[in-house]
Amino acid sequence: MMRSFLTSVGGGARDYVESVGFAARTFFTMIGLSPGILRRPRLLVEQLHIIGNYSLLIITLSGLFVGMVLGLQGYYTLNKYGASESLGLLVALGLTRELGPVITALLFAGRAGTSLTAEIGLMKAGEQLSAMEMMAVNPIQRVLAPRFWAGAISVPLLASIFSAVGILGGWLVGVQLIGVDEGAFWSQMQGGVDVWKDIFNGFVKSVVFGIAITFIALYQGYEANPTPEDVSGATTRTVVISSLMIWWLDFMLTALMFSK
Amino acid sequence: MSNLVEIRDLHFSYGKRAILSGLRMDFPRGKVVAVMGGSGSGKTTVLRLIGGQLRPQKGGVNVDGQIVHQLKTKELYLLRRKMGMLFQHGALFTDLTVYENVAFPLREHTDLSEELIRDLVLMKLHAVGLRNAAPLKPAEISGGMARRVALARSIALDPELIMYDEPFAGLDPISMGVTANLIRNLNDALGSTTILVSHDVKESFMIADYVYFLSQGKIVAHGTPQEMMVSTDPYVKQFVHAETDGPVPFHYPGKSLADDLGLGARR
Repeated sequence: MMRSFLTSVGGGARDYVESVGFAARTFFTMIGLSPGILRRPRLLVEQLHIIGNYSLLIITLSGLFVGMVLGLQGYYTLNKYGASESLGLLVALGLTRELGPVITALLFAGRAGTSLTAEIGLMKAGEQLSAMEMMAVNPIQRVLAPRFWAGAISVPLLASIFSAVGILGGWLVGVQLIGVDEGAFWSQMQGGVDVWKDIFNGFVKSVVFGIAITFIALYQGYEANPTPEDVSGATTRTVVISSLMIWWLDFMLTALMFSK
Repeated sequence: MSNLVEIRDLHFSYGKRAILSGLRMDFPRGKVVAVMGGSGSGKTTVLRLIGGQLRPQKGGVNVDGQIVHQLKTKELYLLRRKMGMLFQHGALFTDLTVYENVAFPLREHTDLSEELIRDLVLMKLHAVGLRNAAPLKPAEISGGMARRVALARSIALDPELIMYDEPFAGLDPISMGVTANLIRNLNDALGSTTILVSHDVKESFMIADYVYFLSQGKIVAHGTPQEMMVSTDPYVKQFVHAETDGPVPFHYPGKSLADDLGLGARR
């Protein structure tokens, strides 16, 4: 009984270490093979279009509504203390530091991450990756690397758009609808938001999220067994692991960036 | 005549499940050699070992003087440029057109101009009778046509060795005959060596120079198609003449039906 328990725990630990090691090896192989993209920049541009451009609508709309809700909720709270002029500052800080990078990353994992996992998983199921290998073309270089860099570039850009549109949403509700003073809205924001501490740190967060989500999505697809249930499971795992990873990384980065 | 591929004492297993044990095979240059056997006999595994996608536990595969599993990644990729492989379902890239699929290896491995690539692609597609299907996507063509496009892609770089994994599976009789003739004609026209993995006796015997029979990871018989047709080996006889009774059991080995239904216990 005890022996079988220890065997199962030991086996599980060994499998975990093995899978982490394999993921790390795939990651570094992909990074090492990335200069190959310079030979075919068209592959990266195509993926930027598919991954980034097609995510633009959902990111813009979500940013607008999050900004509007933030404006509304922020006004109710600030108004209690007679500080409704600080609404612009609250909306901008909330979006650039936290909501922009985090919600963009979560939406990206759901919109683009799942599609990446399914695409790679189905390519594997259809023996397309094997065919590529037999044609002396490394699928990590040809398929994974362009998608990885497209994701890593897209997420920070999408997060910036999310925050910018969100601020406009907050302005729309706070200034145009409720009647907060427009001068105060923008001047408080201008005075209170630090380019490096707030905007740049938020940007760094979104770069880290972009790298993490895109790699998780690609790896799940690449490692999925070529069966319908495994590809479907890999797609689910992409969302679950990415979401948990985003929250964990967000906490760690916030602690590093904003602690005094 | 020298052999392009030589397999010696090849052992391969997935975990504890042995797939191949002690294989010895020769594939002479310029010949079409068929590897036949029932499902799960290890035929596709042989192809994957020749292509270096799997590593043997013992023994090895020698392709053009190089031991495949001892090669470094870069050397293996260089060797693979001399190989073409047709996968069971074609494995065409679904996001590319027929034309782009055939152009893929040329664009990846050569610095040819687009004009020259276009001419080569159209010639390869013409050879498989699908020049006019060039602008179509894989989803717009039939299974048989997809197989022929994949064939055109696998010969794009004029390989020395062409491997076919079940090229006749799921094809109608006309497509089957067309594919069989293409395999033979391309082999002779390109002067390449062909390894044909199949369980279709008629088509394989029609085009093969030599046949190996695999059963449970071992070679049970080999010889020319004519020799195999008159073989008295029970396995070959059962396989070639599609007999239901013979050394290959219908039921997967395990408990008897009586045991499963509990009839043994009532007695």
